[in-house]
Amino acid sequence: MTLKRTTQSRISRTVQDLKPSGIREFFDLVMGMDDVISLGVGEPDFPTPWRVCDAVIESLRNGATSYTSNLGMEELRVEVAQYLEGKYGVTYDPASQILITVGVSEAVDLAMRALLDPGDDFLIPDPCYVSYGPCVELAHGLPITVPTHAEDEFRLTADELAGACTERTRGLLFSNPSNPTGSVMRREHLAEVAEVAKDRDLVVISDEVYAELTYDGTHTSIASLPGMAERTLLLNGFSKADAMTGWRVGYACGPAEIIEAMTRMHAYTTMCVPIMGQIAAIEALRRGEDDRARMVAEYDQRRRVFVNGLNRIGLDCFEPMGAFYAFPSVRSTGLTSEQFAKTLLTDQRVAVVPGNAFGASGEGHVRCSYASSISDLREALARTETFLERLDAGEVQPDE
Amino acid sequence: MQESILGILAGEGRVADDEIAARLGISSDEVAGAIREMEEQGIIIGYRALVDWSKTDVERVYAYILVEGTPQHGVGFNDLAAHIARFDEVHSLHLTSGTADLNVVVEGRDFREIARFVAEKLAPSPGVTSTSTSFVLKTYKSEGRLIHETPSSQRLAVSP
Ligand SMILES: Cc1ncc(COP(=O)(O)O)c(C=O)c1O
Repeated sequence: MTLKRTTQSRISRTVQDLKPSGIREFFDLVMGMDDVISLGVGEPDFPTPWRVCDAVIESLRNGATSYTSNLGMEELRVEVAQYLEGKYGVTYDPASQILITVGVSEAVDLAMRALLDPGDDFLIPDPCYVSYGPCVELAHGLPITVPTHAEDEFRLTADELAGACTERTRGLLFSNPSNPTGSVMRREHLAEVAEVAKDRDLVVISDEVYAELTYDGTHTSIASLPGMAERTLLLNGFSKADAMTGWRVGYACGPAEIIEAMTRMHAYTTMCVPIMGQIAAIEALRRGEDDRARMVAEYDQRRRVFVNGLNRIGLDCFEPMGAFYAFPSVRSTGLTSEQFAKTLLTDQRVAVVPGNAFGASGEGHVRCSYASSISDLREALARTETFLERLDAGEVQPDE
Repeated sequence: MQESILGILAGEGRVADDEIAARLGISSDEVAGAIREMEEQGIIIGYRALVDWSKTDVERVYAYILVEGTPQHGVGFNDLAAHIARFDEVHSLHLTSGTADLNVVVEGRDFREIARFVAEKLAPSPGVTSTSTSFVLKTYKSEGRLIHETPSSQRLAVSP
C-alpha cells in the first residue's frame, strides 16, 4: 500500500482520510439548543466517589506529583492482577503482562500500532464503538466490519466472523458489553468467537470497560476461555463502573510480547499515566466495590424503567444486559436513524445518537444512554411518545 | 426485594407502588403487599419530608445534648430514656457508647426555648447526673443528603 500525499495539503494522507465522528455533528446541534434532555451521553452521571477523590487529595498533600514507571505504578498493576484473578481466574504477571494506559482509548491505539503492518486487516463489529475503525486506520490497517444483527441482539457470530476473515486478517477488536447496543456476549457466544480466533490464528482484543455494568449475574471474559489467554489482549479501565471518566485510567493485559511492544511506544509517546489518576485507580480497586454496587443497582432500575418505556411507546428494544445503553429500532416510524434523531431533537428536544454513527448495521436504530436521572428518563419517554403521535398524525415532517 | 424496596423508600420517601414495580421489575401488587407487611411489622415506621428549615421563615433550632445518668438495677437506662422521650421537644434519642450515656436531639423555636427545656425538664429529671448541650449552628448534611450541594457536572451533552 502506498501512502501518497495529495497536492498541497500539509496534512498527512492518513489523517486527511480520517472522517470526523458522526457523534461530533450531533454534539454541535445539541449545543445550540436549550432545554434538551440528552440521552446522548456516553459517561456516568455520578461524580467520582468521594473516597477516591479524597485519596488523591491526600496524595497531593504528600507530594505525589512525579512520573511513575512506564508500565504504571507497581501497586496498581498488582491490584489489577488480583482483581482479574479473582474475577475471571486468569493470571497476569504485573511485571510483564500489564500496562496502565490513558484510558482504554490509549490501549486501543497502542494495540493497533503494535499489531498492524500497513495493509493488514483488523475485524471490528458493526455497529461498534466509534474509535475502533479510526484507530485501525491510524495504524495504516484496514478495518473490516463484521455485520451483527438485531435478531441476534447484535452479538458477533462465528459465521459472520469467519466470512470476514482474509489472509491478511490479524485479529478482532470488540467490546463486551457493547457500546452502542448494550448487548452482552455470554460464555456460549464467546466460545464461538474463540473457535474462529484459534482456527484463524487471530489476536482478540477484548474491550471490557463495561464489564462491571452487567445486570444479571457475572460477566465472562473471553480471556478466561480455554486456549484464549495467550491470544487475547484484555482491556479495561475505570471510566464507566467507577465513574472516573475524567481521570483517564485504563489498562491492557495479555501476552508479554504484545505488552512489551505497546510499552515501548507508550514510553516514547506518553511516558506514563498521570500519577493522580493511578492513585485514584488504586483506591477504586481496593475500596470501590460498594460504590460500584450502588451505581449498578441504580443503573439497573433506570434500565428497566427506560427499556420497558421504549417498548410501551412502540419503539422495539431488546433487553440490553450491559453498559448503560438501549438500542431501540426506529423502523416502525419509516424514518432513517438520522432523520429520527434530528427530528426528535428539533421537535421535542430529546437527544439520541443515530445508530449509523456506529456503523452501517446500526441503521434503523438509535443509541439512548440511560445514565440520567429517572425523572429525566421519564420526561424523555413522554416527549418521545408525543413525537411519535405527532409523526403519526402528520403534524411533524422529518428533518433532512 | 425487601432491601431494594426499602432502598428506594428510604432514599426518596414518596414513590408510587407502580413506579417501584417498574424499577425493580416486579408487579405493583407485590410491591404493595411487601410495603404493607413492612408497615405492619414496624419495619417502616413512617414517611416524612426532609426539610431545610433554614430556607424558610419558620424558626427552628436543634441541639445535641449528651446526658449522663445513673443506670437502674434491671432496666439500665430504659426508664430514664422512656421518660425523656415523652417530651415533645425531644426529636430523637439514642443510648450511646462513649463518655455520655444518652444522646438527645432537641428541637425548639429558638435557643432560649431549648435552654429552658434543659434547665427545667431534662437536667432535673431523676437519674440525670449531667448534661452537655451543643446547639446546631449550620447543617451541612442531613439524613444522607448534602444541604448545600454545588451543581458541578461538566458532562458534555453528547459523547461517544
Ligand atoms: C466501548 C468503549 N471503549 C472505550 C471507551 C473509552 O474509555 P476510556 O475512558 O477508558 O478511554 C469507551 C467510552 O465511551 C467505550 O464506550
